[in-house]
Amino acid sequence: MDQLFNRKYVVQGLFIVIAIILLGKLFYIQIVSDKAFVSAESNVLRKIYKYPARGAILDRNMKVIVQNEPVYDLMVIPNEVKPFDTLALADALGLSFEDIGKKLRKSKIQSNYQSTFFERQISVESYARLQEIMYRFPGFRTQDRTIRHYPDSIGGQIFGWVKEVSQDDIDNSDGYYRPGDFIGKSGLERSYENYLRGERGVINTLYDARNVAQGSYAQGKYDVNAVSGDRLISSLDIRIQKLGEELMQNKVGAIVAIEPSTGEILAFVSSPTFNPNKFVGKNWGNSYMDLIRNPYRPQIVRPIQGYYPPGSSFKPVDALVALQNGAINPTTTFFCPGYYVAGNHKVKCEHVDGTINLQRGIARSCNTYFCHVFQNIMTQNGIKNQRNTYSKWHEQISKFGFGQKLDIDMPYEKKGKFYTADYYNKLYGNRWGYTTVISQAIGQGEITSTPLQMANVMAAIANRGYYIKPHLIKGIGDNHTVKKEYTIKNSVGIDAEYFQPVIEGMRDAVNSPWGTATLSRIPNILMCGKTGTVQNPHGKNHSVFIGFAPMDNPKIAIAVIVENAGYGSTYAAPIASYMVEKYLTDSVKNGRMAEVEWMKNQNLLPDLITKIKKPKVFKVDSLNLKKTDSLKKLKDSAKVKSANAVKLDKTKVLSQENKNSTKVQGNKR
Amino acid sequence: MIHQQGNRFFFNVDWITVLIYILLCTIGVINIFASIYNPDKVIGIDFTTNYGKQLIYVITGLVLGLSILLFDGRLFNVFSPFIYGATLILLVVVLVIGRKVAGNQAWIPLGSFRLQPSEFAKFGTALLLARYVSTFNPKFRDFKSIFFAGLIVAAPLLLIMLQPDTGSALVFLAFMFPLYREGLSGYFLLIFLGMIVLFVADFLVPTYILVIIISTLGGLFIFANKRKQKVVFSTILVTLIAVGYLFLVKVAYTKVLEPHQRTRIELMLGLRTDNKGAGYNVIQSQIAIGSGQGLGRGFLQGTQTKYGYVPEQSTDFIFSTIGEEWGFAGCAVVIGLYIFLLLRLINLAERQRSTFSRVYGYCVACILFFHIFINIGMTIGIIPVIGIPLPLISYGGSSLWSFTILIFIFLKLDSNRMGFI
Repeated sequence: MDQLFNRKYVVQGLFIVIAIILLGKLFYIQIVSDKAFVSAESNVLRKIYKYPARGAILDRNMKVIVQNEPVYDLMVIPNEVKPFDTLALADALGLSFEDIGKKLRKSKIQSNYQSTFFERQISVESYARLQEIMYRFPGFRTQDRTIRHYPDSIGGQIFGWVKEVSQDDIDNSDGYYRPGDFIGKSGLERSYENYLRGERGVINTLYDARNVAQGSYAQGKYDVNAVSGDRLISSLDIRIQKLGEELMQNKVGAIVAIEPSTGEILAFVSSPTFNPNKFVGKNWGNSYMDLIRNPYRPQIVRPIQGYYPPGSSFKPVDALVALQNGAINPTTTFFCPGYYVAGNHKVKCEHVDGTINLQRGIARSCNTYFCHVFQNIMTQNGIKNQRNTYSKWHEQISKFGFGQKLDIDMPYEKKGKFYTADYYNKLYGNRWGYTTVISQAIGQGEITSTPLQMANVMAAIANRGYYIKPHLIKGIGDNHTVKKEYTIKNSVGIDAEYFQPVIEGMRDAVNSPWGTATLSRIPNILMCGKTGTVQNPHGKNHSVFIGFAPMDNPKIAIAVIVENAGYGSTYAAPIASYMVEKYLTDSVKNGRMAEVEWMKNQNLLPDLITKIKKPKVFKVDSLNLKKTDSLKKLKDSAKVKSANAVKLDKTKVLSQENKNSTKVQGNKR
Repeated sequence: MIHQQGNRFFFNVDWITVLIYILLCTIGVINIFASIYNPDKVIGIDFTTNYGKQLIYVITGLVLGLSILLFDGRLFNVFSPFIYGATLILLVVVLVIGRKVAGNQAWIPLGSFRLQPSEFAKFGTALLLARYVSTFNPKFRDFKSIFFAGLIVAAPLLLIMLQPDTGSALVFLAFMFPLYREGLSGYFLLIFLGMIVLFVADFLVPTYILVIIISTLGGLFIFANKRKQKVVFSTILVTLIAVGYLFLVKVAYTKVLEPHQRTRIELMLGLRTDNKGAGYNVIQSQIAIGSGQGLGRGFLQGTQTKYGYVPEQSTDFIFSTIGEEWGFAGCAVVIGLYIFLLLRLINLAERQRSTFSRVYGYCVACILFFHIFINIGMTIGIIPVIGIPLPLISYGGSSLWSFTILIFIFLKLDSNRMGFI
């Protein structure tokens, strides 16, 4: 053959090369890349989601506090919409003619082929009317889902609200949430979202290129039924929660009640509160605007976010640490001339008690006694070591939970303020001692705590030496499981023997003639407690009471704070006594019921104008303390000034309202 | 001799090629069935549907093929000018009385069927080209022989361009390979390849960079061969032509090509994306093929093809059904069968003693090759969308019969390879 014969190989070689190129590209798009596969699925598969009912929340006696209510959304697939009687639809929905067009365009922008919201939460009447004429609107369909309902309208801040997911929620959920899903945004709804939300169901349907349904995908093999969320059993007792919210109406403050043996929270009142039923579904936006316009800031969850100096209620803790360290013994006495001299300034007492012992010191809430106790603790290891001793004391006090989060099962808990020795070293160098921080001996000055921390201290004392982290949910799902961290006993580092004299002092505070809260004695129940009248740099003193009952085998520990209400014995102590009595005996006994009604009607909302204008007065604070605060004061005044500009016109209106309402400032002592 | 006389017609026929032919036709019918399959409608042989019709085309095609084997092979040589002439006349007729389908005036209505003359022009041209080469035995070293061969190819090509059916016209470039086999310089293929490369490069890289690259390469080449005057001269010429071509392409691209053709080219080169409009076919076809993955979704399990996401399902885009339902394995089998057929046809052509049969054999293989490459390349997005069928698999009587005639004439010539034509 001629040499042209070899050209056969060129031609055949070309065929083979091209075949390899084709196979190479096929290998890439079929095996290497799964992009095509994913696109194919999105071409033909439409997922129709079935929304599960969120888990209900019950109280400790299995009464429903949070449940679900069905609502209906009108959905639309724009591509399937055929010309329809717009007016009829507008009529049924109670919308205007223009709205229909507007909403339809909005849906089209979202997706032409997917089911999108046309109108959310149509009323039951609209739904009923629509059901009859639905066939006239191809492309539209109704979808039912549930929203929250609160039969007793209580616990606004506890449960928080459920809202449609935001883009951030979707991005942060690893693909769990989809647009249109609901999520717990705050409170327990947020912290127990994973249990409450249940599992979304899905029905896979195949659609052809003309978007006509072609039946279920793989005979429904991948369809999932919706699974309702887990039921939560709350530790709350709906009876005292409700009573607490009523008692606190028109007052600013908080109540926290804990069952000491379990750490279960029995009542969790933040006042002012709001009606949670206003915050479901599409009303949320308007209600929220009202909420943030309220100058008393109901959005603050005061039991875990309010900062209050513990005041006199800090004294039992101080005494316990002193006893543990051997700085005093139960029989130690100090002489009270009506004041205590610390360096070059005085800490005043409310009364002159003369020579006084520990038990009586607690019952009488003697400032002098506890300043001496603090002095003893600090100078125990020599005057030169007092700063190191402070560190040790700080550590011991912290074990009660001061200055740290208690890990309650609610989001956004704050930890309060309790400064370490390092803080004072930075502030003063080495030129500070116990006299500098003497106000902390009586729970004033730099130390602040949340109501939850105060109630927890009471639980620890009631338990004679330990506490279980307070929590709101005692059982999750059908097995009633509880998180493990809420079963561990946390020791406060005080031996059991030292509690007796302190607890007896607290018993006397309520039950003896010389106690500070004797008017709050509960018939037949031995309540131990401690009043506090907390110096408030921003206005009238806060009324504080902490306590537990009964004295032996305690069932309830409680902390009550009423802002700007004056003496602890006037408001906080009686409120606590009603709560305790109601919890232990299921009712408030005859004579005291009138007091409860009186208390409910008290309006103690602080006057906003005076609150801003009133100069800050430091009654007890030492001169040094004023120095420490001076920087903060500067900052605060700057803040207040800028805030005033905004608030002023609103507050004027409100203050007028306040003046109109009768303000009974009766002193019950 | 009696025994030989009894099997005279089918003696020496290459049954392996026939087997592959039948296999490919069967694959076609199965996949056309799958592409229009609807579980709600009755399954059965229904001759009003595409797969039913295709079944008729296959059977009649087989009868047609076998009857071609009954002819005397020499007739094709003798009548080749008349066949060529007849197809040219048909191409003219279609321009006059043809029916316009999808913008192309390519069909002559014949009762319930429609005839597509461009399909038959292929074997007419192949026959005449073989006749020309075998009669004059040119070596394509002179201008005259290249001109005449070019004329034979160009006449039907231009008539088809007038329809305008660019895809079918493009297939006529396949005749370059038989001419190359018969002596046409390899430079023609290289120039052709270079033109394609420069065309694509002109879109992806700014023109001035290409000019710099070409000039630099030319300069280096001249520098290496500076003593050979002739080489220096021709290099300068080639460089200038190449640069000129670059600018010409830009002008021709906007002036000569139709807008939809420009769009298709830009889509293929990734210069634009248009998943809903012009790019829809290609994207959906790639999605369908890609979603088949390794082993495919299984027979009748394809969702993309079945639910109408890929247009032109049973005709030009039939390969996407294969890709989706049979996966990479199925695609490899089909491409493997094709390549085996092509290589076998070339081998058969090379064993011919007559030049006529050899040239014709090359023509058949190369026409098939162009169809396969362009069609599959189009469905997987490495070639712009050009509407030509996948040989023996795509739905359509004209195309199936014309490929049948192409192949079976060659098989008949091959069975006569011992004799002289």
